[in-house]
Amino acid sequence: MTEALALEKLSKSFGSTRALDAFDLSVTTGEVHGFLGPNGAGKTTAIRVLLGLLRADSGVPRLLGGDPWRDVVALHRRLAYVPGDVTLWPALSGGEVIDLLGRLRGGLDATRRADLLERFELDPTKKGRAYSKGNRQKVALIAALASDVELYLLDEPTSGLDPIMEAEFRKCVNEMRGEGRTVLLSSHILAELEALCDRVTIIRSGRAVETGTLTELRHLTRTTIAAELAGDARGLDALRGVHDLRVDGPRVHFEVDNDAMDETLRALAERGVRSLTSQPPTLEELFLRHYEGGASGGRGEGAAARS
Amino acid sequence: MSALAGTWSLVRLALRRDRVLAPLWIAVFVVMAAFSAAATVDLYPTVASRVKVADAANGTPSLVALYGRIYAPESLGAVAMWKMAVTGALLVAVLGIVIAVRHTRAEEEAGRLELVGAAAVGRFAALTAGLIVAVATNLALGVLAAAGLVAAGLPAAGSIAFGLSWAGVGIAFAAVGAVAAQVTRSARAATGMGVTALGVAFLLRAVGDSSAGAGLGKLSWLSPIGWGQRVQAFAGERWWVLALPAAFAVALTAVAYLLAARRDLGSGLVPDRAGPPVGAPGLRSPLALAWRLQRGALLAWSTGFLVLGVVLGSIAANVGSLLDDPNVREMVTRLGGEKVLTDAFLAAEMSIFGFVAAAYGVQAALRLRSEEATTRAEPLLAAALTRVRWAASHVIVALAGTTVVLVAAGLGAGVAHAVQTGDAGQVGRVLAGALVQVPAAWVLTGIVVLAFGFAPRLVTVGWASLVAFFLLGELGPLFELDPRLLDLSPFVHVPKLPGAALAAGPLLWLTAVAAGLIAVGLAGFRRRDVG
Repeated sequence: MTEALALEKLSKSFGSTRALDAFDLSVTTGEVHGFLGPNGAGKTTAIRVLLGLLRADSGVPRLLGGDPWRDVVALHRRLAYVPGDVTLWPALSGGEVIDLLGRLRGGLDATRRADLLERFELDPTKKGRAYSKGNRQKVALIAALASDVELYLLDEPTSGLDPIMEAEFRKCVNEMRGEGRTVLLSSHILAELEALCDRVTIIRSGRAVETGTLTELRHLTRTTIAAELAGDARGLDALRGVHDLRVDGPRVHFEVDNDAMDETLRALAERGVRSLTSQPPTLEELFLRHYEGGASGGRGEGAAARS
Repeated sequence: MSALAGTWSLVRLALRRDRVLAPLWIAVFVVMAAFSAAATVDLYPTVASRVKVADAANGTPSLVALYGRIYAPESLGAVAMWKMAVTGALLVAVLGIVIAVRHTRAEEEAGRLELVGAAAVGRFAALTAGLIVAVATNLALGVLAAAGLVAAGLPAAGSIAFGLSWAGVGIAFAAVGAVAAQVTRSARAATGMGVTALGVAFLLRAVGDSSAGAGLGKLSWLSPIGWGQRVQAFAGERWWVLALPAAFAVALTAVAYLLAARRDLGSGLVPDRAGPPVGAPGLRSPLALAWRLQRGALLAWSTGFLVLGVVLGSIAANVGSLLDDPNVREMVTRLGGEKVLTDAFLAAEMSIFGFVAAAYGVQAALRLRSEEATTRAEPLLAAALTRVRWAASHVIVALAGTTVVLVAAGLGAGVAHAVQTGDAGQVGRVLAGALVQVPAAWVLTGIVVLAFGFAPRLVTVGWASLVAFFLLGELGPLFELDPRLLDLSPFVHVPKLPGAALAAGPLLWLTAVAAGLIAVGLAGFRRRDVG
């Protein structure tokens, strides 16, 4: 388990807004790491620091064993980047942009390029100004994915893609994982990270609020249980870890802390269970829990942090 | 009138966006005009002194070509506003083009018009709003300039005529900008097209005025800048001439509406052709990309310089015939003959080319900032290349392009002049006159790069410096400014070739200044945040 990249206590301000505030991030080699946060939480700023485009005010960024600010050329040869908001040169065709970016990075695989053009159904002869948002995104994606590099920094790479292309993108990421490549994938789309990521870091207002595997993160949350009981529901609300109990005749509905699951199920079994459904917490719920309360402070700062 | 729905909202939006630009420009014009007038009152208090300077000016072909004639030598206003009429008209015309394009094609290209267009806004609303704002700004400029002149002690009628002649030029070129905005697809190209039209208008007037006797004199009547002068403010005002720019603007506006009705949002008149599916083998460096992005503009500028050079080179040999005053003719002959006049004319033209070439360098170097601001630079800087290598690509295009356009002008003028005089040696002399402008023009590129390195939001200081140097050169002597202030302009130090001796010193240190500004700017860019 070697470290692919890390930010330690990283802070970055733009004027009076703190885009990153003692932010920590650590990605190990070969993992697909999700980077989750609402718009303007500081995701793009963190990636730009990793690319050496921004200089941190304090804290230490490390990238592929080097200093992202100092070792630009050597490091960038080993990574590919897809910006969140892709703008293309109006007069250059998509094919030209793909080749230019690939060559500047140190070359790209022609077979892979052709394969990706087909998979993403992109017409490479159109001029930059003629592409829709989704197609501009595809140009940047193909340019990045056709490169044979160790690390991919993808900043909201699927914004503007239709569901079929999104599925194609997921296949690509899973292939990269199979080849042992490292991916940092920022997104505010939870389902995407849930389907793809080994580990997730959640960022809010420039601070890391949670890092771990999805299983670890789910441990911190509650499972929703709906059951129809043969016996009496009384006493359930007194159990440790049971929340929001609603009783409707024989039907009960509640949330339970995951570490209290065992006792709760036993208590249900004592009363006799006719039917039972349990829903694991979605990342959505995780996410909402982390943003409740902090949302008012976090939103306004966001817009400035991206600019 | 649903096609115009929402126009007033857009006018208010445009005024809000222009709330700094427009008042600042207007203030510059009003102050310039008023100060010029006041300074002339002090310099030439008597009729005799004015007649003397006016005769000298009218007898100097290079001055007539640049500024036109003084129509009433005894009139204080005519003498005072002689230079301002044309220099001001050029700047007002640029303002008109910029405002018209800024609120139409630039918004459309940025996609903001789509946002607005989805609201209850008619298809002609943006064009109409842009034109309303341009016309209003120019009228305000004209009226306030007139008030400034009256305050400086010039007669009211002449002042109003002068102010309106400026406004007329600005409105005429706003209409040019409106048409260009329909034809082209990018704001950059639309502005370029408008400025090209301005160059043609200036040229028509310059050729017309300096060939008054040769039957080409009527050419000035084809030029909106020529109309501005032929209003003859302070020299028996001819008010009816003001109808010409008005009619011109109305006609071009009609064309703009016709074009706007025939095209889709976001498109120009020519549909996009397919591009190559793969990048050419050479497209593998930042310099190759910079060249690819800028070659079209360089070709257009070079062609313009070549044509201008040929036209001015072919009239240079005839400027001596303009001397109708025998006394002036005798004086000139004593000073070294008509050849001196021809050389002075050529040298004056070359210094104008130097300014315009510097403008080329400024806009080429400004690509650095626009590439950064549109985030197009980001994927490049995320690739395996240093920041300096990326930035240097556009700087190289700016520096080399400045040289190329000046060579085009020098060759065009030199060959044309050589053909006229039958003296092949003139090619080298005139070309040298163009080449000595190169280091001074480079200094402006240096100023842009310096700003880009340290204060990227202030890169327009490049344009501001160019205008300031231009005004220092044009008006500094009139205002009797401190010579040290005039020395700030790099163009003051350029040897006046052909004619004067070639002084290598200034050329070397101007080059060194440009190189220093660029080096410091690039060093600054290495250290700052990108984005």
